[in-house]
Amino acid sequence: MLVITCPYCQEAREEEEFSYAGEAYIARPAVPEEVDDATWGDYVFHRKNPRGWHWEQWQHVAGCRKVFAVKRHTVSYEIAGSWTLADGKALYEEEQA
Amino acid sequence: MANRYSLWSLIKNGLKHHESWQPAWKSPQPKKQYDVIIVGGGGHGLATAYYLAKEHGIKNVAVLEKGYLGGGNTARNTTIIRSNYLWDEAAHLYEHGLKLWEGLSQDLNFNVMFSQRGVMNVGHTLQDMRDIERRANANLLNGVDAVVMTPQEIKDMVPLIDISHRTRYPIMGASFQPRGGVARHDAVAWGFARGASELGVDIIEQCEVTGLIIEGGRIKGVNTSRGDIMADRVGCVAAGNSSVLAKMAGLRLPLESHPLQAFVSESMKPCIDTVVMSNAVHGYVSQSDKGELVIGAGIDSYLGYGQRGSPHVIEHTAAAIIEMFPSFSRVRMNRQWGGIVDVSPDACPIISKTRIKGLYFNCGWGTGGFKATPGSGNVFAHTIAHDDPHPLNSAFSLDRFATGHLIDEHGAAAVAH
Amino acid sequence: MSGYRIHRPGERINRQKPLSFVFDNVQYKAFSGDTLASALLANGVRLIGRSFKYGRPRGIVGFGAEEPNALIQLETGAHTVPDLKATQVELYQGLLAGSTTGYPSLDFDLKGLLGKFGRFMPPGFYYKTFMEPVKAWPFYEKFIRKAAGYGRAPTEADPESYDHLHHHIDVLVVGGGAAGLWAATLAGRAGLKTLLVDEQAEMGGWLLTERRSRIDGLSGMDWVNQRLAELASLPNVSVLPRTTAFALHDLNLVQAVELLQDHLPLTERNAALPRQRLHKIRAHQVILASGAIERPLVFGYNDVPGVMTAAAGHSYLNRYGVAVGREVLVQTQNDAAYEAALDLALSGVKVTLADARQGGAAAWRQQALKNAGAELLLGHGIAKVLGDKSVSGAQLVKLDARNNQVIGSGPRLSVDTVLSSGGLTSTVHLFCHNGGRPLWNQQQLSFVCPDEGRENIACVGAITGRWELSDALDQTHATVAALLLGHGRGSTGKAPAVASEEVAAPRAIFRLPDGKPEGHGAKAFVDYQNDVAAADIHTAVRENYRSIEHVKRYTALGFGTDQGKLSNINGFAIAAEALGKPIAEVGTTTYRPSYTPVTFGALAGPHVGETFDARRYTAMHASHDARKAEYEVVGQWLRPWYFPKPGEDLHAAVNRECLATRNSVGVMDASTLGKIDVKGPDAREFLNRIYSNAWSKLDPGKCRYGLMLDENGMVMDDGVTACLADDHFHMTTTTGGAARVYSWLERWHQTEWPELKVRFTTTTDHWATVAVVGPNSRKVLQKLCTDIDFDKDAFKFMDGRSGTVAGLPARVFRISFSGELAYEINVDANYGRYMWEEVMKAGAEFDITPYGTETMHVLRAEKGFIIVGQDTDGSMSPNDLAMSWAVGMKKPFSFLGKRSLLRSHTAGAGRKQLVGLLPLDPKVVLAEGAQILSNTDDTVPAAMQGHVTSSYHSAFLGRSIAMAVLKDGSKREGDTVFVWAHGKSVPAQVVSSVFVDKEGVRQHA
Repeated sequence: MLVITCPYCQEAREEEEFSYAGEAYIARPAVPEEVDDATWGDYVFHRKNPRGWHWEQWQHVAGCRKVFAVKRHTVSYEIAGSWTLADGKALYEEEQA
Repeated sequence: MANRYSLWSLIKNGLKHHESWQPAWKSPQPKKQYDVIIVGGGGHGLATAYYLAKEHGIKNVAVLEKGYLGGGNTARNTTIIRSNYLWDEAAHLYEHGLKLWEGLSQDLNFNVMFSQRGVMNVGHTLQDMRDIERRANANLLNGVDAVVMTPQEIKDMVPLIDISHRTRYPIMGASFQPRGGVARHDAVAWGFARGASELGVDIIEQCEVTGLIIEGGRIKGVNTSRGDIMADRVGCVAAGNSSVLAKMAGLRLPLESHPLQAFVSESMKPCIDTVVMSNAVHGYVSQSDKGELVIGAGIDSYLGYGQRGSPHVIEHTAAAIIEMFPSFSRVRMNRQWGGIVDVSPDACPIISKTRIKGLYFNCGWGTGGFKATPGSGNVFAHTIAHDDPHPLNSAFSLDRFATGHLIDEHGAAAVAH
Repeated sequence: MSGYRIHRPGERINRQKPLSFVFDNVQYKAFSGDTLASALLANGVRLIGRSFKYGRPRGIVGFGAEEPNALIQLETGAHTVPDLKATQVELYQGLLAGSTTGYPSLDFDLKGLLGKFGRFMPPGFYYKTFMEPVKAWPFYEKFIRKAAGYGRAPTEADPESYDHLHHHIDVLVVGGGAAGLWAATLAGRAGLKTLLVDEQAEMGGWLLTERRSRIDGLSGMDWVNQRLAELASLPNVSVLPRTTAFALHDLNLVQAVELLQDHLPLTERNAALPRQRLHKIRAHQVILASGAIERPLVFGYNDVPGVMTAAAGHSYLNRYGVAVGREVLVQTQNDAAYEAALDLALSGVKVTLADARQGGAAAWRQQALKNAGAELLLGHGIAKVLGDKSVSGAQLVKLDARNNQVIGSGPRLSVDTVLSSGGLTSTVHLFCHNGGRPLWNQQQLSFVCPDEGRENIACVGAITGRWELSDALDQTHATVAALLLGHGRGSTGKAPAVASEEVAAPRAIFRLPDGKPEGHGAKAFVDYQNDVAAADIHTAVRENYRSIEHVKRYTALGFGTDQGKLSNINGFAIAAEALGKPIAEVGTTTYRPSYTPVTFGALAGPHVGETFDARRYTAMHASHDARKAEYEVVGQWLRPWYFPKPGEDLHAAVNRECLATRNSVGVMDASTLGKIDVKGPDAREFLNRIYSNAWSKLDPGKCRYGLMLDENGMVMDDGVTACLADDHFHMTTTTGGAARVYSWLERWHQTEWPELKVRFTTTTDHWATVAVVGPNSRKVLQKLCTDIDFDKDAFKFMDGRSGTVAGLPARVFRISFSGELAYEINVDANYGRYMWEEVMKAGAEFDITPYGTETMHVLRAEKGFIIVGQDTDGSMSPNDLAMSWAVGMKKPFSFLGKRSLLRSHTAGAGRKQLVGLLPLDPKVVLAEGAQILSNTDDTVPAAMQGHVTSSYHSAFLGRSIAMAVLKDGSKREGDTVFVWAHGKSVPAQVVSSVFVDKEGVRQHA
């Protein structure tokens, strides 16, 4: 069972307090009507699903109800850190670059 | 078959102290070039190779397995087999598989212990019962056997189940597929391996694919931990690791890999004679021939390739089983484990060509892949052999995630196992 | 008579407390402190079970968690427990137990006869036969199933309870032997919050058996008691006996189960306390001190009752005062077993010790044994054991000093008991549960945990392969001291002083040879529980099952309820030999929880029965109870389904409720609908994005029905949202969808549109909602409320007002899920019941009729209103539901799901659409879930056109009606279709799904 730190509550808590909310930083097409079906399908359905480090979202449903970003390893389940979505995004984009 | 199994072979070999048995499958060194490479030596991959050789005459085939044969989900599932899917496309695909199961032991000359003790899906709410009626009628019209049962009929078949109103979610009825059942999971991999090997397929264990060799939009071969192996056609059947292979080809798949856990009790005398599943309280149970209760837990919410999940999931499942079977409270869990399931958005598989010519994927079986093993291998072999999907799997292409033509077994609240 | 009582100094039984118990219908005597196994042995009971495959007679082999054979059924009726190991059952007065195998009896077993043909039943024999004729497998399988299995599942509900307890601590020590006690002492002295658990009733581990060692000048048990006294004095330390740590998960989450009352007679158990407790322990530091288990050697007929491990024989003697035999042969390849032989010899047992080593043990041990009168046979091994249901002797052979070969025959001994020791196996299970791998130690001949442990997991004592007490304590002290230093705690004191003794190296031998090729001689069992013999492993390898996982799965090695605690290392070693590889390269199978079996009830804890899931009642529930409502389960809620009057069934009640509502006034508890308060300057824009329809022009005081789509364009929820102020909305959702929608709003807001200034508060439980429905509803409201103008033009359909109803502040919405003039009164939930009763009083003159969900369903179906989840299934778009009026394709922002509606298939032809159906026979009510065919003569597989989603008898219309989804349904009005269920088909006409008041006159009245 994971132990997740909520960056808002600043507390490390058991996974049962949180709800997994999928891959983080999926970009919704700015003007959906301008992309083709395949691009839209990619946005709605396709996922990175990496074997390794994964940027994902968790919601503190039994706490502050905030959604935040977690960088977690999908094999070791190690958590590198958790950030507000805005703070995490900067790091995420740095990594992608 | 040089080494045919029968009662006679047991007697003959018994008299020779079992020293004359031949290897069930051969373990050759990989060749440089094959007609087809199958990546993944689980049940689906081995079945694909078997049917390529048997039905399409393509025998220059290698199955590459990074660990040991059948060591992934084939070794980790709860062995449930059924075909009572709601949507036509899914029902036809799984029914094709079920028909193959019905002759599989004889076809392979390997007793996979397919046991048609039926599969029961119990309902706890009025909406559950509507869904059960809908699915049963759809099944019957698709040629899939289905019966709707009253609580008393359930009780007559499964005496230990609690149909009283004392439970938190009283049981209101069930659908039942008599031809469904369970099989000996490991035997399926071994049986297909033996059958394929006999037909000339090279089965290569401890051979991890580390890259795909693609030139000009065509697959040329694979890089492996045992060197490069070339082939013009490569079929990937790697379940939870499919996204990892796809990435090697620069593809993304509509998949998420999650831990799925299961556990068994200690071995007991026969006490439950069919498979009982409940979507609403979320637990399902059958009893193996060895006497263990085999229990499937819920899927862990997060991505995970670790073949282990969180214990609260198992705890909840134990509670669900006790909700249906209060007397199992004093039974003990012997062993628990986890697998990696590749879940697609509509809970249906992807059996598809890709934009790389000669590269095929068979994945996305989610929590329900075991039951499809022969059917999956059969249609995937056709897809690879003809570079064109079998009519039964044409609806299961990657295109559907662009066109919106999903086959939504999730949305239909069908049991996803 | 084999076993018997013998007084031993320091024995752990209490001779002052004699007990009696029953096994297989025979009454026996025992003492407090006995296990069922020790008591059976003391009474000379050897035959405990029959083996799984061959039905061979089996007896007790071990003395704890490792026991493979002695699986018993404890107690009867509701208290029965299957498959307990007799070695782990603490005896209590009146205990009732029985064997679990043997048919028709344990003594005469039919499978035992079949087992004589065991040579034709190699591993996996069932894969190779029972295939012909094709239909015969169920027949064979029936017998296979009957022959398998041990105990019987309970058939009555469990009368006892279980609970869960969470711990967040600094240090968890697993194992209460010398190493664990010392580790806990050091952690405790350092002031760390420490928990020590041990599976046994008494702490002490091997010191409970072994009596010669002195620690700091004290006897072993005196030192244990000193430790326990010190730990008890430390407020930061807890010690839990009878508590098995059975699983180790990520980040040091350890699950341990404590047996609180299993050792008590049934009559003495406290019903207010749980039977067992699951501890969920998060520890910064785990210290594994789980010790080691002695494994037997593998030799011919090593399964005859009376063959045990040396450690078991030793423990029964010293702990329970039971000599397991009168003439005992001890077979070993190491020094430790000499200790068992010595204590037995000193107790007057005739002992012969056969050592596979030419040189034998350290000289002082050999001398001590000889002095005690035992006979010593060096360089000997057992070729086979003699006897059938009990050991009568053993045939020995002379062994080559180096190679695992026979060099000559040895004596044939007449003995009644054989003890064997193949060395110790470290109990590495927990270390490996979440990915740790053990290392092969060729000196100690065991897979062991590395000295350095893993991150935040330390390994001390025998788990690291330190068999000698002095080594174990030194390593424990050094390891824990370093840990404490690392935590800035400094260490306390010196390591306990134990004299080290000279030890001769063990011999690397697992399978004693008998001079014959494997498979030719007597069966030599590796895994007793699964009847896996050494030859079976060779056969598996020969058949190319070469991975150790394949060996395990093909032969069933280690698959039993003992999880291979005795058999795995021997199995790996034999596989290594067959494969021609070193053991280290063969590796181990995967260690998975649980270490020992755990009761389902303990896993579930308190989450069973009524507390399996929360049950939610509305504020008016007591009123519904008083009116004898029947209930429907909707999610966690209990909603009134219908309100039967005496003698009424569902249909009669619903017909009455429907007519009363359409003709006068009905009342329904609508409190369970999800309610979300949406507030903020951007609330309106947010609604525009989240709903498919437009919200820009909804004025305060107005309500609007909204459809919510997922990003795939399919309907996921619906409900009416009221505009309270320009920046404030009262959203309602479906009952079942409330929590999902709430998260959905939050997630889109936080992840995608954080710039929108809007907040959400779930208010489902804050408001109680009474729906007053029917032509007389206005009159009822007017009686209750004077500060709202109910005039039809002042308070229009889809308007909302705030006012005072029955003296309470209320939000009143004129909305309708029935097509009638209707009002929903929302008040503070604390006043829900009061409001309900006030409405009932005010409506009495109109014969106001309470109704439940079933009538609600009929009324809304008469109007063609959908229920999300019943008429939709996650594959229906708004267009499919003929609700394109609720899709604002022209809204500037591309609302959720909009783009998906434009995809080729979603926008294409041939989809199913919502329609109404009228059965040609108005008395026939179609089955919900029935499938629709275009022709009566369709054959299987048929071209299904859709299905019936909702179907009722409409008392108001005096006929049956139905809603359905139908392929191209929007173009098929007037067609006749055939509605098929379970082989019968019924003709029905496709019509509009609005059956009553198409013009909406009634709801606008």
